[in-house]
Amino acid sequence: MNRHLISAADLSRADALLILDTADELAQVADRPIRKLPTLRGRTVVNLFYEDSTRTRISFEAAAKRLSADVINFSAKGSSVAKGESLKDTALTLEAMGADAVVIRHPASGAPHRLARWVRGSVVNAGDGTHEHPTQALLDAFTMRRRLGRLDGLRVTIVGDVLHSRVARSNMLLLHTLGAEVTLVAPPTLLPVAVGGWPCSVGYDLSAALPKSDVVMMLRVQQERMSAAYFPSVREYSRRYGLDADRVALLPEHAIVMHPGPMNRGVEIAAEVADSARSTIVEQVANGVSVRMAVLYLLLGGSEAQQ
Amino acid sequence: MTGRAKAPAASGADPRAWVITGARPLGGEPADFLLSDGVIAEIGAGCDGGAEPGARLLDADGLILLPGLVDLHAHLREPGREDAETVASGTAAAALGGYTAVHAMANTDPVADTAGVVEQIWRLGQQAGRCDVQPVGAVTVGLAGSRLAELGAMADSAARVRIFSDDGRCVSDAVLMRRALEYVKAFDGVIAQHAQEPRLTEGAQVNEGEISGRLGLAGWPAVAEEAIIARDCLLAAHVGSALHVCHVSTAGSVEIIRSAKAKGWRVTAEVTPHHLLLTDELAASYDPIFKVNPPLRTAADVAALREGLADGTIDCVATDHAPHSPEDKETEWAAAVFGMTGLETALRVVHAAMVETGLLDWAGVADRMSARPAAIGRLDGHGSGDRGTEHRGTGRGAGGHGAGGHGAGDHGAGDHGAGDHGAGDHGAGPRGIGRHGCLLTPGSPANLVLYDPAPREAVDPAAHASKSRNTPFAGMVLPGQVVATFLRGRPTVLDGKLAR
Repeated sequence: MNRHLISAADLSRADALLILDTADELAQVADRPIRKLPTLRGRTVVNLFYEDSTRTRISFEAAAKRLSADVINFSAKGSSVAKGESLKDTALTLEAMGADAVVIRHPASGAPHRLARWVRGSVVNAGDGTHEHPTQALLDAFTMRRRLGRLDGLRVTIVGDVLHSRVARSNMLLLHTLGAEVTLVAPPTLLPVAVGGWPCSVGYDLSAALPKSDVVMMLRVQQERMSAAYFPSVREYSRRYGLDADRVALLPEHAIVMHPGPMNRGVEIAAEVADSARSTIVEQVANGVSVRMAVLYLLLGGSEAQQ
Repeated sequence: MTGRAKAPAASGADPRAWVITGARPLGGEPADFLLSDGVIAEIGAGCDGGAEPGARLLDADGLILLPGLVDLHAHLREPGREDAETVASGTAAAALGGYTAVHAMANTDPVADTAGVVEQIWRLGQQAGRCDVQPVGAVTVGLAGSRLAELGAMADSAARVRIFSDDGRCVSDAVLMRRALEYVKAFDGVIAQHAQEPRLTEGAQVNEGEISGRLGLAGWPAVAEEAIIARDCLLAAHVGSALHVCHVSTAGSVEIIRSAKAKGWRVTAEVTPHHLLLTDELAASYDPIFKVNPPLRTAADVAALREGLADGTIDCVATDHAPHSPEDKETEWAAAVFGMTGLETALRVVHAAMVETGLLDWAGVADRMSARPAAIGRLDGHGSGDRGTEHRGTGRGAGGHGAGGHGAGDHGAGDHGAGDHGAGDHGAGPRGIGRHGCLLTPGSPANLVLYDPAPREAVDPAAHASKSRNTPFAGMVLPGQVVATFLRGRPTVLDGKLAR
């Protein structure tokens, strides 16, 4: 494995499977009375969050703590970042403190790439702008494999704002690596112009795609897209690209419904669908901790520490 | 030793005469040159300066002699951002790059939108003395795009402004652009447009295509440039005015300009060295050293730009030298400013992109980096030395002179006749000398550069005279080296280092 996890494209098929298998083992820890392993004792993990994301930060924090790492949460609000300190200076500060891993969430695409040039520790991308969110893709793949037993040949339909979605980018790359067949469904305004070169199929008709889907993953519609003429109205978006009960009925019996959260209930996903038995949304959150434990464990040489 | 200056006789530090021996004018047969009183006094074998006591000797065996380069597009940052560049440091960089004249863009602080500011910049250039500085005036007050700056006052000032540009911003209002194009006809001015449709490029970061999609960076579509160029060509044709298109970056733009020229419209264009060599793939590092406006494009665009420069569709190379302080570049991609330095590497990049590929010979390089930009900028004593030679309608099938309101005699019917460029430039040196004879003929101002094509070395930003280090070519191995630059017979660069 690489020293960093910045893009899902950094992972070979073997790397990705190793992470998923390790996450399977580590998930058992959650079922023990004492949910803690000593593996990363004495190691320091910094959560460097330039965007509000309670869900992802808590997930990484829980993962690091269950491996006994020391966790420092560094949020842009109320820190020197708010006073205008550059990413580089913040990176040099973290470096001086001896961070073994920096988990970074940043609104600018590529910020983790920059950070990786300035620190010696491992950089884990916890979401950068409209680029990637590789641990989300890993936890999604983990969830699919647990529910459906395989990834190879699995038909996954990703629906919504692909253009601006880091979740879609990372999922498309990782699922391709793992042998799944990805279909993107979106209004044409929310697809990259060169999406034809991506290793996936593209469609504009959700209802047509659903019968051929083992997994349907709904993406969040961001508030700022709603006011920028990407589509005429929220209602029209919802009618054409929202997943309601009628559309769910088009899915094969075994198919599952995923959403990276947070959801806009009633926009991209109907409440009854989000809360149905097909929905894996709550599972995804739980699996997030196991997968992030596996990533930190493998990046920080946990396997060596145990020997 | 080649390129080493010697003093054959006792002489002062600043001799009035130089003898350059064995230089290959425009890459042709070696000849000796006597520079005296700021002009090329004599050319021929064995002119040893004997007639000029105190003349210094420069052994230029194997070096290529070109007319001093002329840049239509540089950001010298003074006044306002003297931390990034000053007129003094920028002209030092220019001299080291082989330039004897640079046009200073108007987006300073305060903006060069009045006679007072352009005269200040012009005087700073005169004081620096290493390179002529020709200020460009803003088209609109404060570059705000809402009302015309006092273009006539800038034209009539001591700075004698002829090129007007809001560069960095596009004059996107069609009516304002039309008025500007019309208005400057009164003093033989030209509007240099930064072609960027603002709404199509809101928040844009990199060329829109495969790379923008993969990197999750907001796309900058080619059409945002091409739509403005098409509109401006039509406007220029409609009012019979001169349009210059800054930093053309897409294959589609080349096509539009080619078609406008074929119609005989008064359109000229420039391309930057970086757009001739680099592609948007470099953005994959997310290193903002590669962030530039317009953005780096695809390999297909690079090929079209090279072809356009070779066939004369694109008239010239202009650096768009854009120095920036480290704190403006050592950031996340989206937070960084746009721009790259270029003066000190331009000739080497053109050597790699155009000469080594066989697309231009050295006569062609002289044309695209000296004669044509001098003509577009209406400069005296640079390039052709033949002021008023406007290369309108050159290139393919050009109909010659457009429907402008200028006398025909104003347009160099002599050496630079329309249609004379283009494919013909691939000829060997001696023919080039003939055609460009006015460049390096006795009596012409001795604005010269001596270039050694042999070395191949990595670009070292630390060695640059620019105050800024944001060169995208750092560490890249490029051919050639500027050995000496002469401004009106006086060396500004000797042995590859600043003179004096």
